[in-house]
Amino acid sequence: MRYLFRPPGTEGAGLLALPWHLPLEEWDPALLLEVPQRGISRHVVRFVAEQGQVFALKEIPEPLARHEYALLGEFEEEGLPSVSVLGICVDRPDGQDAVLVTRYLEYSMSYRYLFSRPTHGHSVDALLDTQVELLVRLHLAGVFWGDCSLSNTLFRLDAGTLAAYLVDAETAERHPRLSTGQRHYDVDLARERVGAELLDLRAGDLLPAEVDPIDVADSLPVRYEALWDEVTREEVFTAEEQRYRVIERLQRLNDLGFDVGEVELVTDAEGARLRVETRVAEPGQNRRELFRLTGLEVQENQARRLLNDLRSFRAYLEQRSGTPVAETVAGYRWLAEVYRPVVEAIPSELAGRLEPAEVFHEVLEHRWFLSEREGRDVGTTAATRSYVENVLARTPEEMTTPSIIARRT
Amino acid sequence: MASIEMKNIVKQYGDGFPAVNDVSLDIADGEFMILVGPSGCGKSTLLRMIVGLEDITSGDMVIGGKRVNDLAPRDRNLSMVFQNYALYPHMTVYENIAFPLRLSKTPDDEVRRRVTEAADVLELNEHLERKPANLSGGQRQRVAMGRAIVRQAEAFLFDEPLSNLDAKLRGQMRTEISRLQRRLGITTVYVTHDQTEAMTLGDRVCVLRKGKIQQVASPRELYEQPVNLFVAGFIGSPPMNFLPATLEGDKLRTPFAEITLDEKRLAAVQGRELLLVGIRPEYFEDATLVDEAKRPHGSTFRAPVDVTEWLGDSQYAYIPYEAPDSIRTELRDLAKELDSEELRTQAIVSIDATSRIREGREAEFWLDARKVHVFDPESGENLTRDAEAGARLTQMAVEDREEQVQQAQREGQTISGESGGSPGPSGGAHRAGAA
Repeated sequence: MRYLFRPPGTEGAGLLALPWHLPLEEWDPALLLEVPQRGISRHVVRFVAEQGQVFALKEIPEPLARHEYALLGEFEEEGLPSVSVLGICVDRPDGQDAVLVTRYLEYSMSYRYLFSRPTHGHSVDALLDTQVELLVRLHLAGVFWGDCSLSNTLFRLDAGTLAAYLVDAETAERHPRLSTGQRHYDVDLARERVGAELLDLRAGDLLPAEVDPIDVADSLPVRYEALWDEVTREEVFTAEEQRYRVIERLQRLNDLGFDVGEVELVTDAEGARLRVETRVAEPGQNRRELFRLTGLEVQENQARRLLNDLRSFRAYLEQRSGTPVAETVAGYRWLAEVYRPVVEAIPSELAGRLEPAEVFHEVLEHRWFLSEREGRDVGTTAATRSYVENVLARTPEEMTTPSIIARRT
Repeated sequence: MASIEMKNIVKQYGDGFPAVNDVSLDIADGEFMILVGPSGCGKSTLLRMIVGLEDITSGDMVIGGKRVNDLAPRDRNLSMVFQNYALYPHMTVYENIAFPLRLSKTPDDEVRRRVTEAADVLELNEHLERKPANLSGGQRQRVAMGRAIVRQAEAFLFDEPLSNLDAKLRGQMRTEISRLQRRLGITTVYVTHDQTEAMTLGDRVCVLRKGKIQQVASPRELYEQPVNLFVAGFIGSPPMNFLPATLEGDKLRTPFAEITLDEKRLAAVQGRELLLVGIRPEYFEDATLVDEAKRPHGSTFRAPVDVTEWLGDSQYAYIPYEAPDSIRTELRDLAKELDSEELRTQAIVSIDATSRIREGREAEFWLDARKVHVFDPESGENLTRDAEAGARLTQMAVEDREEQVQQAQREGQTISGESGGSPGPSGGAHRAGAA
């Protein structure tokens, strides 16, 4: 047998002791981790935990495994939203298929889960917009998905909004750039798959009555075209409009969740032509800034939210002491005095239901809600207590992320 | 259903490399066409241009009489079969087949008609009300085919559909696809790198090399009358043997046998110092087992046997031979291009399973001189190809197909479709031969 994995592969080394010579279906259940809200796969998929990390193992033919391993590695390097691949095991005895090992995307949810719990308040619109954003990002990067569907996507909460990640790149192809035909075809496939997946949920009585699978599916190409146009179109305007039109455009792209790599402005007697090169990577400015100040690794919207809180904390410190406070000092103190106490207030039986940064975001929301109701600032400590008792405790247990389950057992 | 015509199709990438180079190919309405060749030959690019995934640099793509170069994939109304294998667990098998029609808001009675017809052809009727979890591997694949059928597409397209299946399911699916295509009489284009798949499935096979068509013909014509060394070496397993030869009078002298050529072939090979003789393994026989009536049509020779391989129903002997360096290089390059293992300078010879020829000894063989081909080692051209005989073989395949489709229609097994009209072939208008 042969194992291929990318450094840092220290976690991979721990997996080597597993019985790779056996078909996944025959592995001792004691080695495996039951993951409650996993999606549906046409291959055999199993989960294992190693040193507090959870991995997904998928049995597929070797050429597909090598292809997917290579692509997912590229995607990760380029900052495309996808699951992270650890490695593959090939040349297994008796001509068995290869095994692709990916890191489980912690705190992620499948669409089935999201739809079967409409209480969570994520509209179908939001879900579909997220899906389309992922597809546009991949297309910008020259990736033809070939199987864009809700079941090949995982969703994560990011400060109340949803973020989508590609989890299956088996059919994906990389091109220098996609032809219009390739994009249209990929969108046609996505429309059909999303439609079928929603029809299936309806057949299983898992779809809220007000959602019409066909309407939703039909809206996918429309949403896609609108977003594609926003991020790629070339604009023409007069010289007078130039300044504000450029700013407007960049702002709009940021709002849509895209970063701009380069702006090209060509002027002639008739006016200016604006072309923007949209970055394919997820925006990460806030994420990097928060990491620099606190060492916390969170998603982009969460980072924005946390940074805002950190900044107001710094202003509070400066106001109280009457002197300037360095941002690194503020970062350190915010982490110790504000963030950590909230996260540490999560009782162990409720741990893992939401990402700590998401809990913090929800506590801030809850604090605003309570303060508004009481007509005064209730403070973070009281808000945290109330949140844990009244909100977090009602989050379903199935939401517990696998690495926490693994640590408990 | 429709014919597909390609006229001088070129696909050039940004770096100027022509992935497809001036391809003209007519696929008749109802025909099963295979695009085959080693990796990089342009077969997948060609299929993608039919579907609309790749822009066409120049030339015309005409489907059902309509130029589609600028049409979006969805407006070409083609069906990539097996594009979607996914089974939806809460929906019945019926709905798993019907959903593309649901999404296009097809009326219920029309949905019922089409799904029932498709299920008849696929023999899935008994499973329609079940959930897909209980289906076998083969039945699941048939559900995917059902989805393609109910769309009533102009043509079916397959892009290496079996390459990731295990050997058993691959064999099953090959039969299944072939049967289905005959019953439906639907124009089908099928891409594969596997010559066995090509030979067993297609009405006609288009062999591509470096973006150019080498030969379009029925499997039998490709096998018996290849246009060049490339096609001769690509088609057939075990492959054709290529022996160096020189012409001496009316005889070809090869490393282990002399072959007498008839007048016509003799005239065709004149004027070249060095030649390559192509002999398929089954044109040899253990000399002690050859029918007396056949014996005069070939020549007998003695040669040392390196290895024998007995497979129960058949047997092969390996005979090493010497070849000049120029021929060795030529054969090595050919092997590399065909993605095959390096051709050793040894002949693979098929002998009767009962033959007592043993390895490590010298033995007497007979070879059928009527069936050998002679190639120009430089151009690769088959100097002894009989174009008329080849065309007859392909014409026979066309007639077989017509008969099979008509029979399927008589038995009421074809899908009627809205467009009406006969899905029958357009007659033997499609001559085989090199393009």
